[in-house]
Amino acid sequence: MPETSAGTLTAPTKPEKQRPGGTLYRGREGMWSWVLHRITGVAIFFFLLVHILDTALVRVSPEAYNAVIGTYQTPIMGLGEVALVGAIVFHAFNGLRIILVDFWAWATRHQKVLFYIVVGLWVVTMIAFVPRHLINVFSH
Amino acid sequence: MTTIESPRAPARLAPRRGVNLEKWGWIYMRASGVVLIVLIFGHLFMNLMVGEGVKAIDFGFVGGKWADPFWQWWDVLMLWLALIHGANGMRTLVNDYTNPGTIQKVLKGALFASAAVLIILGTLVVFTFEPCPAGAPADLLPSFCAA
Repeated sequence: MPETSAGTLTAPTKPEKQRPGGTLYRGREGMWSWVLHRITGVAIFFFLLVHILDTALVRVSPEAYNAVIGTYQTPIMGLGEVALVGAIVFHAFNGLRIILVDFWAWATRHQKVLFYIVVGLWVVTMIAFVPRHLINVFSH
Repeated sequence: MTTIESPRAPARLAPRRGVNLEKWGWIYMRASGVVLIVLIFGHLFMNLMVGEGVKAIDFGFVGGKWADPFWQWWDVLMLWLALIHGANGMRTLVNDYTNPGTIQKVLKGALFASAAVLIILGTLVVFTFEPCPAGAPADLLPSFCAA
């Protein structure tokens, strides 16, 4: 709008910053733990399908199994295993958080704190796993 | 004239007959989840942390593990619990993101079929596994095959 038209009319102010409704859940810890639980769950499920098939190759021949499992030992797959273990560890600890929230009133009230405990335990577990795994993948 | 119930009146549940499968599914996800944490963390530790980790895995490694019924049952229990847990979790997503109809039935059928086939396949593999197949090069086999 041209500035000259201001006059006595109340100038159109900028619309208030849009805030999503229901901020108790949306965009908060509860939502993100749910999102991550879904994404990691789906990823683990599809890995499981592949992993059963590749392990079944032990029934075909030693050569067939070794050829496929050898691809799990390449640097790129080694990084993929970091992602896989990261997904599993998050899904595991957040699953325990879900159980606590379901069965224990204190945990229901403190589900946000529990989310940060899950993240903290995830970090600790990954610190224990990742360096050792990457040394195995990249040095032997 | 219809009477309006008090706002705080408890909802009347339709009388149910038989088992509530959704309730048992809910319980299964939690019970199997706790057991799977033990089984999968143990699996990851044995296969990725001990010794040279992923680099040590080959036919001989698997043969050595499954020579022990303890690890056979560990892996079979993990197989059953994890696939049912995973397929049931995927069923939740199908319920959330598709409408009832043919596509939903096909997706759930595919989940059920893949879980059933892989459970049967995996169980057969673990219990019919031959660690010392005749004619295979000895350096690919577990060390006890030479004896």
